[in-house]
Amino acid sequence: MSWLSQALSSSLGKKLLMAMTGLFLIVFLIGHLLGNMLLFKDDGGQAFNEYAKFMTTTPAVLVLSILTYISIIAHVIYSIIITIHNRKSRPVQYAVSNASANSVWTSRSMGVLGTLVLIFIVIHLKSFWFEMKFGSVPIVAYDSGSIKNLYLIVVEAFSQSWYVAFYVIAMMVLAFHLSHGFKSAFQTLGLAHIKYTPLIKTIGTAFAIIVPTLFASMPIYMYMKFHGLL
Amino acid sequence: MDLTLKIWRQKDSQDRGGFQTHKVSDITPDTSFLEMLDILNDQLEKKNEDPVHFDHDCREGICGACSMYINGRPHGPQQGITTCQLHMRSFKDGDTITIEPWRAQPFPVIKDLIVDRTSFDRIIQAGGYISVGTGGVPDANEIPIPARVSNEAMDAAACIGCGACVAACKNASAMLFVAAKVSHLALLPQGNVEAQERAEKMVEQMDEEGFGSCTNTGACSAECPKGISLEHIARLNREYYFAKQSSDNIPAEDEVHGAG
Repeated sequence: MSWLSQALSSSLGKKLLMAMTGLFLIVFLIGHLLGNMLLFKDDGGQAFNEYAKFMTTTPAVLVLSILTYISIIAHVIYSIIITIHNRKSRPVQYAVSNASANSVWTSRSMGVLGTLVLIFIVIHLKSFWFEMKFGSVPIVAYDSGSIKNLYLIVVEAFSQSWYVAFYVIAMMVLAFHLSHGFKSAFQTLGLAHIKYTPLIKTIGTAFAIIVPTLFASMPIYMYMKFHGLL
Repeated sequence: MDLTLKIWRQKDSQDRGGFQTHKVSDITPDTSFLEMLDILNDQLEKKNEDPVHFDHDCREGICGACSMYINGRPHGPQQGITTCQLHMRSFKDGDTITIEPWRAQPFPVIKDLIVDRTSFDRIIQAGGYISVGTGGVPDANEIPIPARVSNEAMDAAACIGCGACVAACKNASAMLFVAAKVSHLALLPQGNVEAQERAEKMVEQMDEEGFGSCTNTGACSAECPKGISLEHIARLNREYYFAKQSSDNIPAEDEVHGAG
């Protein structure tokens, strides 16, 4: 298997891992978004709480969640390795650089954008994942049984304006990260053809706008609902 | 027009180097950028000063020698040209122009604006060729090649190895250069036979030289004087992954050393 380790340690192999983990996380975003859309259901959070129970108790979901954590960690570690290598490739910087003339700023700022997304993920996990798993979440009784009322934690978190603002800004950062990452992943995989590359770029841009917007609409909706603005 | 030139001066590869300011005056707009530097060098020589050293050869945009990073862009403010094709009409009277050498670890500065680009030669030596003589010219239509394929191969073959892609890339990646060389041979039947091994060997050499990784910013293609497209990089990625899965080039266990 030495050919495999050699392939994966080459510059292209590392990029391949970045693309694959990135694409997996893009798929994860779709699932995460669809599930959390239950927050918009006007049933006092029952559907959301039952969904949360399903997500924390189903073995198949556990496997997927482990894959997600591995993807995030691998994506971060490889980005650091690649960035260090890239910095070494240009030990002396240019005195004058007019990079905006030949490339888009998002494509040059993936490291900064990605770091901000990572900070968001850590805080986001602390607020909800950690609370659900180890915190003291109140129990709510439904006909189907008594389960943890994660909905209440969500309502509480998003009743604070600064917290909502943090989420909206984080989703803007995610949008910029995706606007380059989506199409870049396909290019790295070698999937470029005059037939479908324009479509990939269009879908990538649409994805980078729609998905973070829908995510950001959740805290805004919860805030407005809590403060009686709806 | 009167111009202030901030030029990188460096005695040799060991010298730390730094910017020196020179003034040129009465430059006409139809003077080429290199002619303007010739005028400056005449001035310097008359004063018994060391002229500015820069690479140049054909002065018609096909040799790729004139490596200069002008006002933050390789080959200056215009797209699709080399420095020798740049004319002073692209600048305004009274402008300050900053001129730097290509900056990349595999392109060490030899003197002033001249960098050592033999790392590109070593990448070519690693696999950018066809091993056997391909014989005489075959009969027309004996080997049918779709027009789109031959056009694409010719587009890739237009690469003059100037290094603007590396200079423009924020990671100093040589992917567009290597991709162009892999593409122009892989697309045509004579070169296709060795396509997999070629991609493997050239990427391996590229990594060994210390070029950075591609992050698909597209700066290389935007600054390429020959307009070589990013599709070639995607093709190189494909060739490389397929080669790694199925080529006959299987390293022995003790030969493996991470290219990292």
